[in-house]
Amino acid sequence: MEDADDIVREFLVESYENLDQLDQDLVALEKEPGARPLLSSVFRTIHTIKGTSGFLAFGNLEHVTHAGENLLVELRDGKRSMDQPTTDVLLAVVDRVREILRTIETGGDESSVAIDDVVARVEAVLATDPAAAAATPEPEPLATPAPVTTTAAEPVAAAEPVGEPAPVTTAVIVERIAETVPASASAAVVTPAPTPAPVAAPVPVAATPAAATAAPAPAVPTPRIPPSAATTETPDEGGVRTISDSSIRVDVELLDGLMREVGELVLARNQITRLASVGADLDLSRAAQRLDVIAGELQEGVMKTRMQPIEHIWSKMPRVVRDLAASCGREVALEMSGGDTELDRGLLEAVKDPLTHLVRNAIDHGIEPVADRVAAGKPAQGLLTLRAYHAGGLVVVEVSDDGRGIDAQKVAASALRKGLRTAEQLAAATPADLMQLLFLPGFSTAEQVTNVSGRGVGMDVVRTKIESVGGSVDVESKPGIGTTWRLRIPLTLAIMPALTVECGEERFAVPQVNLLELVAVDDRNATSIEYVHSAPVYRLRGDLLPLVSLAHVLDGTTQADGSAPVLSVAPGSSAVIAVVASDDVRFGMVVDRVLDTEEIVVKALSPRLKSIGTYSGATVLGDGRVALILDVQGLARRALVGEPESGLGRTRSTAAAAGASTARQVLVAGIGGGRRVAMPLASVTRLEQIPASLVELVGGREVVQYRGAILPLVRLDRLLGAMGGFDEETLQVVVHSQDGRGVGLVVESIVDILADDDSLHSDLDDMGLVGSAVLGGKVTELLDVRSAILAADPAFFDATTFDDAPHDRDLVGVAR
Amino acid sequence: MTQLVTFRLGGALYGVDVTQVQEVLHQQQRTRVPLAPRTVAGLVNLRGQVVLAVDLRARLALPDRAEGDDPMMVVVRVGGETVSLLVDHVGEVVTVGPETFEEPPDTLPRVMRSVVLGAHKLDHDLLLVLDVDEAVAA
Repeated sequence: MEDADDIVREFLVESYENLDQLDQDLVALEKEPGARPLLSSVFRTIHTIKGTSGFLAFGNLEHVTHAGENLLVELRDGKRSMDQPTTDVLLAVVDRVREILRTIETGGDESSVAIDDVVARVEAVLATDPAAAAATPEPEPLATPAPVTTTAAEPVAAAEPVGEPAPVTTAVIVERIAETVPASASAAVVTPAPTPAPVAAPVPVAATPAAATAAPAPAVPTPRIPPSAATTETPDEGGVRTISDSSIRVDVELLDGLMREVGELVLARNQITRLASVGADLDLSRAAQRLDVIAGELQEGVMKTRMQPIEHIWSKMPRVVRDLAASCGREVALEMSGGDTELDRGLLEAVKDPLTHLVRNAIDHGIEPVADRVAAGKPAQGLLTLRAYHAGGLVVVEVSDDGRGIDAQKVAASALRKGLRTAEQLAAATPADLMQLLFLPGFSTAEQVTNVSGRGVGMDVVRTKIESVGGSVDVESKPGIGTTWRLRIPLTLAIMPALTVECGEERFAVPQVNLLELVAVDDRNATSIEYVHSAPVYRLRGDLLPLVSLAHVLDGTTQADGSAPVLSVAPGSSAVIAVVASDDVRFGMVVDRVLDTEEIVVKALSPRLKSIGTYSGATVLGDGRVALILDVQGLARRALVGEPESGLGRTRSTAAAAGASTARQVLVAGIGGGRRVAMPLASVTRLEQIPASLVELVGGREVVQYRGAILPLVRLDRLLGAMGGFDEETLQVVVHSQDGRGVGLVVESIVDILADDDSLHSDLDDMGLVGSAVLGGKVTELLDVRSAILAADPAFFDATTFDDAPHDRDLVGVAR
Repeated sequence: MTQLVTFRLGGALYGVDVTQVQEVLHQQQRTRVPLAPRTVAGLVNLRGQVVLAVDLRARLALPDRAEGDDPMMVVVRVGGETVSLLVDHVGEVVTVGPETFEEPPDTLPRVMRSVVLGAHKLDHDLLLVLDVDEAVAA
């Protein structure tokens, strides 16, 4: 009984593999109906399943495959050519076979799966005028360039080797066909048998059976096989088997177990390495070094065993695309590249569904119906591209279509209608932010629910799944041109390089994938931490980097309203800013000390701790201590003001943001009388608080001494005629400087940093203004920065041209 | 008859079913988990396995352990997860029968009622039976 189970299991495994291959072959065959090798491969697979199911007494399975085989025989014999109905019905057979296999696998009764409908469909196709196709049977085999070479692996072509002076081989193959192939085909085999045609003339031989097939010949196979010959291995069989000889099947659980053990070994290695490095024992450190190397190699090896090419997913796609395209009424060509890119099998499994979903989405929503495409001047056939490649220690998988693209404004409107966002929030969002809305639960822009998608379960599931394996998703779209979804997936889950940092008494691990760079800050250059209102920022190569103190976040002292306590570096001590990024959120995490980079083994965290959101797991460090692995995404959500989809933390440097939007960040300041000023962050050099008592007068202009120079001031409230004005002891000054010259714009208060989007501008003119925009939900008039600066220092631009003037001129605005 | 592993918490005697207990250990170095609920005492490295430690004093709303009083760990298995319970002292394993068992009195505070299944009347003491699943859940 045991043995029988084993046989069945092996049969199942093998059949599943074959069926996957079958899907691909059938779809390929539809495109290239004359391809004999494909046809043979299809035939062989179905035939094998049929044969084994007969042997194992799976009657239903045998019946279905037999029906399919009948149809294939006609195809093979050129009586019929591959058209869409034929492909459909063959795919239906494949699906039913798969269903039966599943039933068998789960211990069910295979006869419980209904097969009559499929068999009926096959018969219906068989009944449709085979003569029409049979009328031109001859070109088919003739077109095949070298039937003898294809003979090797296909019983279909078995007729040809008859002519070879190798009677033994021939006999065996003839016997197999005689068993299985309907009589008409057998007759074809029989006919040429007595003719000892030389190998040198394969074409006429091939033509002979074809002609014979056309004639109805209900004959019984006559050749008698010498008994001794029956046991001889056919040479072609050997060719097929070689691949399986060099590889073995291994239980996945065994691999998972091995991986766990290796994880433990790596931990023990870390521990030994640490011990060896503190002691003075030379032998110990030598042994430790050896252990280090071996453990590293072993880890790599075990990891490799778990790697599988993404081809495993790719191979399923032609079928998916074909079926979807048919049901959505689209014409889609599929291009795939990078199928050999390898991923841990666990990850591969996790990526499969999201990827299928994206493909589905691209066909249903992305690629337009043929008529629309033609009207838009595009080729009728849409193009869907799947790409996989390695980049920066991650695997990137792209799903691109050349369809209608996603209109950010439509997305915004939909979000508003569904109540997912308020009008104010949307007005402040950049197009890139708007695209992120696609990932909200319950979001779907599909105007109508189709069979395929639009049911509101969608991108949020994709994102959740990808994030659960430590990956990320983003989307890039140009209306009318196409959409690209990009998945970034770590190579492996279980072991990853990480940076250990110290914060107070505690140690944390920061995954290396999230880490961009480290910046040391000590008490001498601590002043480089500046403040935008109350939010600490660091100027990193000209860009303001929002800072988050890890200690404050974990103390819970960072409040939701953003009023973080002042960051300070005590005299004589130092801190490190770890610049981290996740998705397109980038910020600086302030920690006390950076300890080490090591390979850490990720241990699952109790669900209760995971729900805190700031830890993705735990690990055991070299000294045996447990350290929490920081979830950078989660930290960003907790620490950065507002939602992750908006605000300060968004980096402007990511390709997605840069490509998809023309948004700039602007500094919004109050100028009294309830009015607010916004200015481009890029043009702001510094924010200063200057005591009013330091203001001096030079020829009627207000100036202050600032960094060893004279800084002319202009009060924006007076310049713009704001009501109320303000007179305070401390002036809030926004400093613009260029080439050693500086100008201070005096405002009442610094309010916020927001994203400004050109598309929301209108041109409402007034003195010193160039238009208006909606910023932070308020209509904002745009001011001419240039004239504001000139009001303070008429010679400001004389020294040099204001190089980014066209952009920046219109970016100071006043909100009423 | 059931066997209970007993331990003391703030003077009272508690017990958990022996089949749920994996081992009893002296206290080990714990890694604090910032932002976690107060009952979470940290994470412990148990032979390479990262195990959550739950402070039963916090769970039962008892005052904190005095400085310098090292807790002991009762490692239990709860629904596939290994959790370490921090207690004051671990006592012996006692065998009790249903005849000594009584439901908790109505006057028991609510925080206790959720985790105490009832009490066994021993000769000199009351043995409170802890619902481990509940104790760990919060």
